Amino acid sequence: MNHRLTTQGRIVKTGIQNFFRNATLAVAAIAVMAITLTIILFSVIANATFTNTVTQITDRIDVSFFLKDEVTDQQREGFISELNNRPDVESVTYRSKDQVLAQYKEDNKDNTDTLLAISQTENPLPATINIKPTDPTELDGLRAFLAQKQVVALQSDSVNDGGTRQTAVDNITGAAVFFQRAGLVGVLVFTFVSILIIFNTIRMTIFNRRDELTIMRLLGASSWYIRGPFVVETIIYGLVSALLSVGICQLIFAISTSAFGASSLGLLDISFASTYFSRNFIIILTSQLAVGILIGAASSAIATQRYLKFKTSK
Amino acid sequence: MILLDRVSKTYGKSHPALDRISMHIEPKEFVIIIGKSGAGKSTLLKLLTREEKPTSGKIIVGGVDYDKLKDSKIPLLRRKIGVVFQDFKLLPNKTVFENVAFALEIVGYGNREINHTVPRVLDIVGLAGKEKRYPLELSGGERQRVAIARSIVRQPKILIADEPTGNLDPKHAWDVIKVLEKINRFGTTVLLTTHNTDIVNKLKRRVITLSDGHVASDRSNAEYGGEAK
Repeated sequence: MNHRLTTQGRIVKTGIQNFFRNATLAVAAIAVMAITLTIILFSVIANATFTNTVTQITDRIDVSFFLKDEVTDQQREGFISELNNRPDVESVTYRSKDQVLAQYKEDNKDNTDTLLAISQTENPLPATINIKPTDPTELDGLRAFLAQKQVVALQSDSVNDGGTRQTAVDNITGAAVFFQRAGLVGVLVFTFVSILIIFNTIRMTIFNRRDELTIMRLLGASSWYIRGPFVVETIIYGLVSALLSVGICQLIFAISTSAFGASSLGLLDISFASTYFSRNFIIILTSQLAVGILIGAASSAIATQRYLKFKTSK
Repeated sequence: MILLDRVSKTYGKSHPALDRISMHIEPKEFVIIIGKSGAGKSTLLKLLTREEKPTSGKIIVGGVDYDKLKDSKIPLLRRKIGVVFQDFKLLPNKTVFENVAFALEIVGYGNREINHTVPRVLDIVGLAGKEKRYPLELSGGERQRVAIARSIVRQPKILIADEPTGNLDPKHAWDVIKVLEKINRFGTTVLLTTHNTDIVNKLKRRVITLSDGHVASDRSNAEYGGEAK
């Protein structure tokens, strides 16, 4: 047990020494790993930001149904009850003519001309039923229902179903899907490149230290004793790269929010992204470290298995 | 201690480097293996340290049957066998002390045990006081004695010395041989390959002659006397 602990300690120590000894070789591996981790981090943050934007907009999407003044209370209640029973309707809110007028006045309290004009006539605004759909992206069923003859007969004006906001949601959802796919491709490509570069770095290190490795083997060092320091070394690559990627993201947010005073970058809500980043900093940092360690350890474990010959030739 | 039974080794489709050789070496024996270049000496030693697998035949060393030895257990086998090479195979960036300590470090010895054991072994090979020197600051004979110290520091039952005097002048060569004899007196089985006929004649030990992959002769010290001149 004691021997084992001593051996583990020596493996870690040798790995750290090798990291500093191979610093120049390590730069390329760390740079590519840092780019990979930054892309992963950006994908995660962009995804969360787009999801938030879509949620915010879809929350505001509802269908406004304007009632004719002649509609009786019984007809109205029957219609509301029918709407409430629909699975694609989340909630229904009724506002009487007076309530709509009050709201209108409140919305236009600074516009005296409009207020004057409306006060000189009888309330021209219709009573309104606001329908909040369960899924704002699936309005076809509801539209078809509202287009039925007996329903249209209750209606004073055409239905306002938030078409413009729907277009915005579609745009953002489209962008989110695009960024998710682009992010995934980027992550895959750069992870592959990182692994290749780590492979090459380890291969060169093994070549540089072939005499020492041969001696170790002949003296009876276990395969883990020989491979361990390489794995430790690449774990350090992962740790450094993870810290760099988190640092890069923090820098980008700091520059884009403070220096340019921007709140969004195209469709990306920078202020939310920045808040999301700072709120989840510990989780993000831990995850980045974990991914960095995983990429480093896995690629060096495979590389040492491949390039260090432990099997006796026949 | 070492048993080879009809062991052959062929590389690719070439002529066999070893062809059905058999030998039995007792514990604590000092055996010299001689033969011209290409006779199969190095191949034989590589088979014993399991750097190579035989094409056919049986090898048992220290009770370990190589047929049943898994690759993962090779390090454990090598810890029981000390090996000395013609080119020393020392690490140039480590001191004499560190080179010897390296053999203990890789098997998990603690620093206290290392600090206790290494000076004693360096004393046995006559290198006391040179612990802090680097290999390049030493003569060829001294370097080879560092290599011997490293190979015996774990007190192996068997010491394999592959042409340890090949790169040394006669005086240093003889110093190295004296160290090997000393180790043999402590109870370690020594297997020495050499080209040096003077050493063979002076040592008067069992001599196995390899020729073209075969055991050409296997004679005790008395029988061998004078033939290698």
